[in-house]
Amino acid sequence: MNINMTLIGQTIAFAIFVWFCIKYVWPPISSALHERQKKIADGLDAASRASRDLELAQEQAAQTLRETKEQASQILDQANKRSSQMIEEAREQARAEGERLVAGARAEIDQEINRAKEELRAQVASLAIVGAERVLEASIDEKAHRKLLDKLAAEL
Amino acid sequence: MAADNEISAIYYIQHHLQNLTFGRHPENGWSLASTSAEATEMGFWAIHLDTMGWSIAMGVLFLGLFHKAGRMATTGVPGGLQNAVEMVIEFIENLTRSTFHGKNPHIAPIALTLFMWILLMNSLKILPVDYLPELFGRLGFEYMKIVPTTDVNATLGMALGVFCLIVFYSIKVKGAGGFAKELSLTPFNHWLLIPFNLILEIVGLIVKPISLALRLFGNMFAGEVIFILIALLPFWAIWLLDVPWAIFHILVVSLQAFIFTTLSIVYLSAAHEHH
Repeated sequence: MNINMTLIGQTIAFAIFVWFCIKYVWPPISSALHERQKKIADGLDAASRASRDLELAQEQAAQTLRETKEQASQILDQANKRSSQMIEEAREQARAEGERLVAGARAEIDQEINRAKEELRAQVASLAIVGAERVLEASIDEKAHRKLLDKLAAEL
Repeated sequence: MAADNEISAIYYIQHHLQNLTFGRHPENGWSLASTSAEATEMGFWAIHLDTMGWSIAMGVLFLGLFHKAGRMATTGVPGGLQNAVEMVIEFIENLTRSTFHGKNPHIAPIALTLFMWILLMNSLKILPVDYLPELFGRLGFEYMKIVPTTDVNATLGMALGVFCLIVFYSIKVKGAGGFAKELSLTPFNHWLLIPFNLILEIVGLIVKPISLALRLFGNMFAGEVIFILIALLPFWAIWLLDVPWAIFHILVVSLQAFIFTTLSIVYLSAAHEHH
């Protein structure tokens, strides 16, 4: 346990180490550390800001969506109303057209019947004359009996 | 036979506790001491080569590692070495911030140097007590005590460094007059009591480095002696005691480094304060 020059040597070594540490070791590590701390703090700040922005954007998006939905349903309603209206109109038109066609056809049929009746009447008169001729086997004065026969035909 | 064993045990212990001393012997001149007695006869003009060598090696290892980490330091994602180094730096920074109540950017690096250096020197103790002495014995060195902090010269040397810093900062902050006033007029502020104050304050000042040095030295030396005693047991029994003691010493090693550092910061903080 001798106290000797080692004591001085150790003190000198200590002084040199401390000097080196202050000069070359501490500053770069310390500054890197603090810079990183600052960067991380900034990053966290930015992240919280971004999350706030995101929240805002989401709210806006939801709002827009709601409005759009409302509009769409309005448009749909209108379209539905319009289409039912159109169908109603078309139905009405079709019915009117149908009635008109039926009426036309009926009138034509009536005409046809009347004409057929007229013809029949005319033919019946001739037939009756021929028949009477045969029955009487004599010529009859056509002019004299014409009136009578026309009356007969009108009664048919 | 028993006496032989005893003698060899005593020789073994003494051999392990002797430093490799180079100095001026009254008869042999400048030479390596080949016995403890020769080392003692050399007096003050001798140097413990093993203490100096291992302590400087540890200091260079510390500075080298940290310097490398500092050169590669990025503000991005740190690698393994940088991470470890930054952990230590942050630890020291926090310690300094909580203990040192002044504004001096040099205190933290001083504390870092003390802490890492002492930690590395103390850590040499975890190595088995016989390995390196045996290796150096084969290389022709009679003595090799590898743990510098078990040499009172080393601990006292560092404490002396801290003492110089205390005095330096006292004078720098308070001025030579202020420092002298503090030594002579506290705790009793009366001119008649100046001599008494001086004795009290100077003893208080000198006790600081001595207590620092002896605390570290005492803990490390005692631990080393226990390791050597354990090594004297039969080989199959050594691990039974050696392992728990070594695990316990992981705690002691870091704790002593921490205590030395913290007390140094406290002393330096006191040196910065005006009374």
